[in-house]
Amino acid sequence: MSDAVLTRHAFLTLSGISKRYAGVRALEGVDFACERGKIHAVLGENGAGKSTLIKIISGVVQPDSGSMRLAGQDVSFATPSAANAAGVVCIFQELSLMPDLSVADNISISSPPRRFGLIDARAQRRRAEQLLAEIGCEDVNPLMRVRDLPLSRRQVVEIAKALGKKPQLLILDEATSALTSADVEKVYAMLARLKAEGVAILYISHRMHEVEALADRASVFRNGRHIETFDKGKRSTADIVQLMIGRDIATQYPPKPPRGSPPPVLDIENLSWDRRLDRISLRVGAGEIVGLGGLDGQGQKSLLLALFGVLRGVTGQIIVEGREVRPGSPAAAKSVGIALVPEDRKTEGLMLPMSIADNLVIASLDAISTGPLVDRARESDMIKRAIARLQIKIGAPGDAVSTLSGGNQQKVVLAKWLMTEPKLILLNDPTRGIDVGTKQELYRLMRELADQGAAILFYSTDYDELIGCCDRVAIMYDGRIVRELEGDELTETNIIASALNIDAATPDAAGATHA
Amino acid sequence: MLDDIAIRVRQNIGIVTAVLLFTILYLLYNLAHPKGFSSAVLVQNGDEIFALAMLAMAQTVPVLASGLDLSVGAVMTMVGCFASYLLTGAGGTPLHLDIFGLHLGLGTFPGGVSGILLGIVVCLAIGALAGFINGCIVVYGRIQPIIATLATGAVYIGIALFLRPTPGGKIDEDLNWALTNSLGDFAATVHIFGDGAAAWFAPIAWIPVPFVLLILIALLVWVPFRRSVLGRAVYAVGSAEGAAYMSGLPIDRAKIAAFTLAGFFAGCGGLFLAIQTSSGNADIPQAGAYTLNSIASVVIGGTSLLGGTGSAIGSIFGAMVLRVISFFFRIFDIAPLLQPLFEGLILLGAVCIGALGVLRVKNTLELFR
Repeated sequence: MSDAVLTRHAFLTLSGISKRYAGVRALEGVDFACERGKIHAVLGENGAGKSTLIKIISGVVQPDSGSMRLAGQDVSFATPSAANAAGVVCIFQELSLMPDLSVADNISISSPPRRFGLIDARAQRRRAEQLLAEIGCEDVNPLMRVRDLPLSRRQVVEIAKALGKKPQLLILDEATSALTSADVEKVYAMLARLKAEGVAILYISHRMHEVEALADRASVFRNGRHIETFDKGKRSTADIVQLMIGRDIATQYPPKPPRGSPPPVLDIENLSWDRRLDRISLRVGAGEIVGLGGLDGQGQKSLLLALFGVLRGVTGQIIVEGREVRPGSPAAAKSVGIALVPEDRKTEGLMLPMSIADNLVIASLDAISTGPLVDRARESDMIKRAIARLQIKIGAPGDAVSTLSGGNQQKVVLAKWLMTEPKLILLNDPTRGIDVGTKQELYRLMRELADQGAAILFYSTDYDELIGCCDRVAIMYDGRIVRELEGDELTETNIIASALNIDAATPDAAGATHA
Repeated sequence: MLDDIAIRVRQNIGIVTAVLLFTILYLLYNLAHPKGFSSAVLVQNGDEIFALAMLAMAQTVPVLASGLDLSVGAVMTMVGCFASYLLTGAGGTPLHLDIFGLHLGLGTFPGGVSGILLGIVVCLAIGALAGFINGCIVVYGRIQPIIATLATGAVYIGIALFLRPTPGGKIDEDLNWALTNSLGDFAATVHIFGDGAAAWFAPIAWIPVPFVLLILIALLVWVPFRRSVLGRAVYAVGSAEGAAYMSGLPIDRAKIAAFTLAGFFAGCGGLFLAIQTSSGNADIPQAGAYTLNSIASVVIGGTSLLGGTGSAIGSIFGAMVLRVISFFFRIFDIAPLLQPLFEGLILLGAVCIGALGVLRVKNTLELFR
């Protein structure tokens, strides 16, 4: 389809949009259009300009040059609320919820139902119930505070909030990255419904299979430029990846070394905690990458936190290199050689306003200090090594870590722990919301670390990743490990079947999960 | 339904604790008091509680929006000094301004009932204006609330000192009597309900006026505010300002409203204090003590100093808890010099009880959320 045709039917048209941040080009002469009743995927690595594009469309930032037309009218949005008023609604990657307000308050925050000029709490609650029902998540009580909900439920609330604004153009920026697979299905169904109603949908995701399943059309961005737009099925996945990174990628996952029987670094016996971990026994050997799979919220995160000393009241045995340990805090866990890359890099992984350098050395201050004082020479040496090893793209080490893209931030989190030379590395969904290129670097790094003798316990919501990276995958269900998959058993069908705790031998059941 | 109630109780556990704490302490106090459970004791306590309860409400609103207001005590003092000129009643007061060696006559502020009502409105408007100025400085000057209000607080105290270099002035005696006693006395003073002798009125005649005022202000000002879009925006700003902005909320107006409301409540406190003492007094240590106690009341009342959660109703109970503690010193005859020590220890204990939930947390990460 030619660009001229695209423009004629377009609901939203951007022409010649450019944007610079402090002299750094974020978007350069971008022409872009999307139509009603179509799901339009926007693809590109982190830093390709997707986020800036969305921010411009939704009124968060203003372009330096270029124009924007919506439904045939020239528009420019000074604020997000101006965009909302015109029917442009964005579900941002960084959740826009107020943690201390209730779910119902949050959903109706920008235009609450009113009676006698005051907010009508009852109508507001009904509205929240309706919207949550529309996406099939009636289990969320609208009275709950958002703070008390797990990440996956918060994202559901975020989607309900966007729906409530009656969007004409709906933008989803990695909006499914924290959802459970069951919720993702519901969101797909909702998107199909909106599409049928003639809503234009822009969809940003790093999960290729999502894009394949959903999008009618896709646009690839690279280095702030719009590279190509094509209809569904016109390009293979390999082509698309090629377009996104502009260079060949040999294999997505590094090769797995032949399996031996390595000495165990971590040996867990009958680990239980608060009804959410149930007599877990697991071994991870030196040089092994062991995956934790299963549906979201089956205890995988709790297991990692228990090993890292964050949970109180853990029973059972944790043996690290033959010595029983009982870490009572992350500091204690660190001292026995355990590292954790946490779930939320922005709050638990990094101190965002502090510099890249400060973040890199924060876990290894002991190693570079003489008495109470930090040795500046050893510090800068360590920072240099970390940046070189992980190939983190940065301006200066003194810049705030918040200036980095998501992928590079995650690299900083990982680098911080590598500096402590851990024996056991716990990874809590480290590739969430990270672009393909950086993901591959992380995979390579994990394998490298394993080859150097570290034991890695790796939780991921992406089955593909578990199959590609792990020597062995332990599937959890309801706080227990229900199955360990290894070698040829490590297939998507097996993982899904075990995750749902159904017998893979029953073909009907396994087939049903794909439907 | 039961679920909903459980959720509400859990979310308001701070307020529930403050209410329980106050109830227990106040029952004990009345049991130990020789004239306990009498209207006279209640009236006296109401008078002592009112101003602090107002300042606690005042402090709550900026705190909900993640800002501290260090000027509430100063606004109270300043409004009190204005009141000592404007609420003299009878024939009114001649006003004049002596500044830079000039003597400017400003006419006579009216007396009588209409003059007193006008004076009350002017005093409350001055309080609200002071808060509005705080809000504008914070929003448009982009200055941290704690610094902005530290500075304006000094200015307001300065104005108070200018108005009343030495304690003085006068407040209409009937006004004093009507507002600081029981409803019966109020009715008798303003000649309603058969001078308070109406038969239907008898069962409620014992209720102290300050408590009625407190309830009225809470119901007519706080409750509607909380349920307004602006009130919601105040909570939203305190909870996550970025998200509030991205949701298209009027965050600037919300902050200004928060400080204006704080000024209004502080003005109510100052007005009452002046009426109660029948004079204006630019008492700097008192202003400071009230500001600090307002913060303590907010915390005891279950409002997070980080903003986003809590309620002015909780703060009223926080203020009452704080006051009841000092009532105990009177009946147990504790040396006045030891009172600050005990007050501090009890305050510390009360706050610790509120934090006991921490011990039940099984995932230590939750402590930081």
